[in-house]
Formats: sequence, structure tokens, C-alpha cells
Amino acid sequence: MKELLLKKHDAEQDSRACCSGSARGGECKPLSQPLGIPMARPEEDDVPCCGPKPGPPSSPFEKPGYRMWHFVDGFTDTSVGPVPRIETTMRIKDIAGTLKARLGISRDRYRVAPGLYSVGNPGVDSPVLVTANYKLSFDSLRRELSSVDAWILVLDTRGVNVWCAAGKRTFSTEEVIRQVDLVGLERLVAHRELILPQLGAPGVSSQAVKKGCGFKVIWGPIRAADIKAFLTNGRKAEADMRQVTFAIGERTVLIPVELSLIVKPSLIIFLTLFILSGIGPDIFSFSAAWFRGLHGTVAYLFGVLAGAVVVPILLPWVPMRQFYIKGILTGLTAGIFVILSLGGTISRLESLTLLLFTTAVSSYAAMNFTGATPYTSPSGVEKEMRQGIPIQIIAVATAVIAWVAAPFLN
Amino acid sequence: MQNFRYLENVTTLKLNVDKCIGCGMCEIVCPHKVFKVEKPKAAIIDRDACMECGACATNCPAEAISVTPGVGCASYIFKTWIKGKDAVIGCC
Repeated sequence: MKELLLKKHDAEQDSRACCSGSARGGECKPLSQPLGIPMARPEEDDVPCCGPKPGPPSSPFEKPGYRMWHFVDGFTDTSVGPVPRIETTMRIKDIAGTLKARLGISRDRYRVAPGLYSVGNPGVDSPVLVTANYKLSFDSLRRELSSVDAWILVLDTRGVNVWCAAGKRTFSTEEVIRQVDLVGLERLVAHRELILPQLGAPGVSSQAVKKGCGFKVIWGPIRAADIKAFLTNGRKAEADMRQVTFAIGERTVLIPVELSLIVKPSLIIFLTLFILSGIGPDIFSFSAAWFRGLHGTVAYLFGVLAGAVVVPILLPWVPMRQFYIKGILTGLTAGIFVILSLGGTISRLESLTLLLFTTAVSSYAAMNFTGATPYTSPSGVEKEMRQGIPIQIIAVATAVIAWVAAPFLN
Repeated sequence: MQNFRYLENVTTLKLNVDKCIGCGMCEIVCPHKVFKVEKPKAAIIDRDACMECGACATNCPAEAISVTPGVGCASYIFKTWIKGKDAVIGCC
């Protein structure tokens, strides 16, 4: 059927016109043969036309106004209409997209259309796997589904991953019920079960879903990597499939996004640093602004490095449980490194000021990493913030006063 | 996860054993092994591992569990300080 459609499509296109390179000044001429008369498909080399060879014909699945996702390799005909069938392999495009999202570039727009998809050759008894419409979540699921026949129901989580979306209540009871109704799931499958990722549980009440649409929620494993084992194991998750992990790799991939979030405030901080650094007995000195400003910038960047890079990587090995203290410890180390490497180019007061500044920045940056970890409770974070923020404010205020005062004292 | 322990005695998690029907749902949805169903009822076996995600309370059919759910994230806490707890849903 697919081939037949393709041929028909080709013939239509060929018989209509030869139109290439018109943007480059070429003309668009109809072929000499009239429409409606069947003609043999010409060999591409024989086509009497200008410009480079035409590209491949459009896929028969393309529709005006829509764009085909590269991971859709066909459609499964079902009682609720054609359902896109998706590939389980990652292409360069997917890997590049993952990389971009991990760097925080257009991450909030990295999403797929919510709704129903299929993988393999599912039937009325195949399992229904529910996920979020963040493309990274979608990809991490589909790449684990080679040789699995299943339906995939993608919720509209506004492009946010399952766990965060559950916390934000977009991966929710209401959204599960809405999508089940929207795609007509009860007409598609004979069973009444949905497999949801366990991390969706903060947002979805299994008993409310059952009441709302008649489907029973089965809590699947946390990681998509365990889904095959879960399905073949009679839908039972081993204890370790139900526990979150936070290994060094899992922590490290989060660093670029954390850094991308502080680029904007950092620019304002740089500007402030250069202005403060110029103040002195001569009212304002541009050379001091530049020279001292650079020192301040270096101290700041080392603070960011210590708090937002070193703390995440060395998380289990940096002493203390409070993140703001972890940040103080790495920040002090980084600050000492800064003043040692700047050597005798600045006064002792200025050195101590930079040490204080680097430490405060690191403490704050480390405290912010709590949002990326899978084990910090809001009560705990609030408690440590009540201790940490006053310390950070006092440190920064002292540093600013000392930094501005230093030129007057020298 | 045993090498990641956060602050102790802070969680708002509470289990009302009288209401508990021992279905085991809390043990299934908790990502930190806080619960264990020791027949006939559930018990909190690792309270300080709780991160207050709210999965257990949301899915307890007997409404035996209560926890003040939220996100353990500094920028979320900032927002709750500024706007009040009820005005903030998500975060980062």
C-alpha cells in the first residue's frame, strides 16, 4: 500500500510540472505531455530540466499544515484511526537535540505532540505506557522499546519531564483522564490498564484515575531502562527499580543547565563589580575598574565553579548535609586558590575580600543545586535557607564594603 | 541512595495507622523506601529519607498519610516566601 501510494504520488508530481531552481532565475515550465495521460516514469537523468536533481518524493503520510517527525516510520491502522508508529533508535538529530536541551538551549520548547503513539505491532491487548511530552522523556522511553509491542500515551506536560511535571501538577490525574478520553483509549484496547512511571505518582492519584476513566493505574519502574524487565516480569518491579539514584553521571549532566540559568544574573553582577571596582580616591578610575573588576570577576567565576560544578560532582564526598555549608567548604578552597594565584598583585584586605566573596557565591550556587537533586525535602531546604541566606548576605555585604573601602585605605 | 542523606527531623510526613488498610500503595510509589508494609499495616521505616514529594499521600486510598508536598528547591522556597505557599505550584 505504501509503495502504491508513493508511485501514484510520484506520477502526479511528475506530470504536473518541472519546477526547480526557479528561485535562481530558472523558469517553471509544464511538461509537454498533457495531464491525465499515463506516462512512463522518466529516468531521472533524462528529465528535460534545469538545476540539480530533485530530492526524494514526499512521504504519503505527509499532510498539508503538518510536519512529520523523523521518528515516525509509519502508521498503525486502528479503530480510533491511524496511530503514528515510532522508531526505537536514536538518530543524530535526537542526540543533537538531547545535547542542546542538556545545555539549556531552547529546552522549554523541546517537546513532542501529546497523544497516542504506537511502537512495534500493538493490538487490543498490548500495554499502554504513559509518559511526558518532554522530548528527552519521550526518547528515553522509546529507545528502550525495541522489539516491544505497545501503545504510548503522551501527556501534555508542557515539555517538562515526568517527575518535575508531577510536582507542577501537569503530569496529573486530570491530564491522564483527559488524554484517555481524547484518544478514545477504551475503544482502542480491550483491557483497562495504564502503566505509569512511578515518578508520576506525586501528581496522579491512581484511585481518582480509576474513578475518572475506568482505567487502573499500574505503577511502572522509575527508569525507562527497566521497562522491558518490568513487562516481561509480570509487571512487577524489583525493589531497586523503585528507588531513585543520583550517581556521578546523573549529577554531572545537570550542571550545564544549572549554569545556563545563572548567565543572565551573572552579567548584572559583572557590571556591578566593574563599577564598584572603579570607585576610589579619584572618584572613579577606569583603570581600577578594569584591573580590580577583573579580579572580582575571577573570584566570582571561581565561586560559581566551586558551588555549581564541584559540589554536584563531589556531592557525596563533600562533608556536611546542608548544601550551603558544602558550598562554603568548596568556596573557601577555591577562594584560597584564587588569592594564591593572584599573588601579591592586590592588598591583603582585598585578598580576604575576594576569599569572602568567592565563598558566598559558592555557598549560594550550591544551595541552588538542591532543586536538581532527587532527595532534598522542601522542609529541609527551607530550614537550611533560613541559616544559609543570612550568612551569605552578611558575607556579600561585608565583601562589598571592604572592596569599596580598600582603595581609600591603601 | 543510602549515601545521600539530607537533614533529619524536618519532614512533615505523618501516617495514621488507624486509618491504614495495608494495601501497600505507599511502599510502591515512594522513591526512597520510606514505607514498608509489615502485615497488616504500613509502617514508616525511614522517616528521614522522605523528600515530601507527596506520592504516598496522593495515592493512599484510605487517606491515612499526610505530608505537606512541595519541591525541595531553593528557588521554589524563595517564591513561597514572596508569594505565600498556596500561590506557588511549581518551580525551577
